[in-house]
Amino acid sequence: MPNRDEIYAKVSSTLQEALNVDEEEVKPESTLQGDLGAESIDFLDIVFRLEREFGIKIPRGELFPESIFQGDPDFVQNGKVTDKGIAELKTRMPFADLSKFEQNPEVAGISDLFTVEMITNYIQGKLDGKN
Amino acid sequence: MRWLWIDRFLEFESGKSARAIKNLSLAEDLFADHFPGYPVMPAALLLEGLAQTGGILVGEANQFREKVVLAKITSAKFGREALAGSVLIFDTEILTLRPEGASIVGKVYAGPAAASPATFAGPPHTPLGEAEIFFAHLDQARSQQLFGEHNFVFSGELKKLLGLNKILASS
Repeated sequence: MPNRDEIYAKVSSTLQEALNVDEEEVKPESTLQGDLGAESIDFLDIVFRLEREFGIKIPRGELFPESIFQGDPDFVQNGKVTDKGIAELKTRMPFADLSKFEQNPEVAGISDLFTVEMITNYIQGKLDGKN
Repeated sequence: MRWLWIDRFLEFESGKSARAIKNLSLAEDLFADHFPGYPVMPAALLLEGLAQTGGILVGEANQFREKVVLAKITSAKFGREALAGSVLIFDTEILTLRPEGASIVGKVYAGPAAASPATFAGPPHTPLGEAEIFFAHLDQARSQQLFGEHNFVFSGELKKLLGLNKILASS
């Protein structure tokens, strides 16, 4: 079983290949879209690569959930995610760190939850058999 | 009419791998301009040949129900040139096949026209180029309403290529 550093190193090299970025650009807190320039199709490519790299199955929408709220007013009001919405995010993405997001829960900020560290957490949980 | 960059399949293993051949004739329109006196196949078209070989492989794996579109060329390397008079072999293999899409790895080999494909297409021969190509299944990646039922990707020529193979195999 790889330790966290080994998992991180593999996640980092996977992202370097998928997004054509340099090693120095990939940091734990780097956001996939904002910092590393990932586009929608890259998310699928990343999932494929992680599956091959770690020998795991990543069900559709588990690592990168699509349209979590679907315009549900219970979850989103005036462009902000409600408490109920945040609870939903925590359930769907237990591997994401929401502490910063909760301070300013704008819908547009959801994409910033997708970081290198988040993927590392997800993979670690997956390998531990917790997810 | 669609611009086809493969002549026919030599081998086809459903859901796994496909090998196609392309005879590069000096009569190809592109050689008039690319370049006079030095007829070389642009690497972008070698990629297209790989994408057509791999795209049909991916499409056939789901009985051509999916609209398979080239989404991303993750990596591509070309070390040598393909000149008129060459026979090109496109070797493709599926790396991942999922409901949302697929990725393939492909290699292009080139040999003189007189050589039998079997003598130059296999391993110890060095490929003149290789690429990893990522395809998306359009309806899975985007809303179906946007594109409708008609599968415009595998409308005709691309599917007929496999039919040609069957005719040759049975003759």
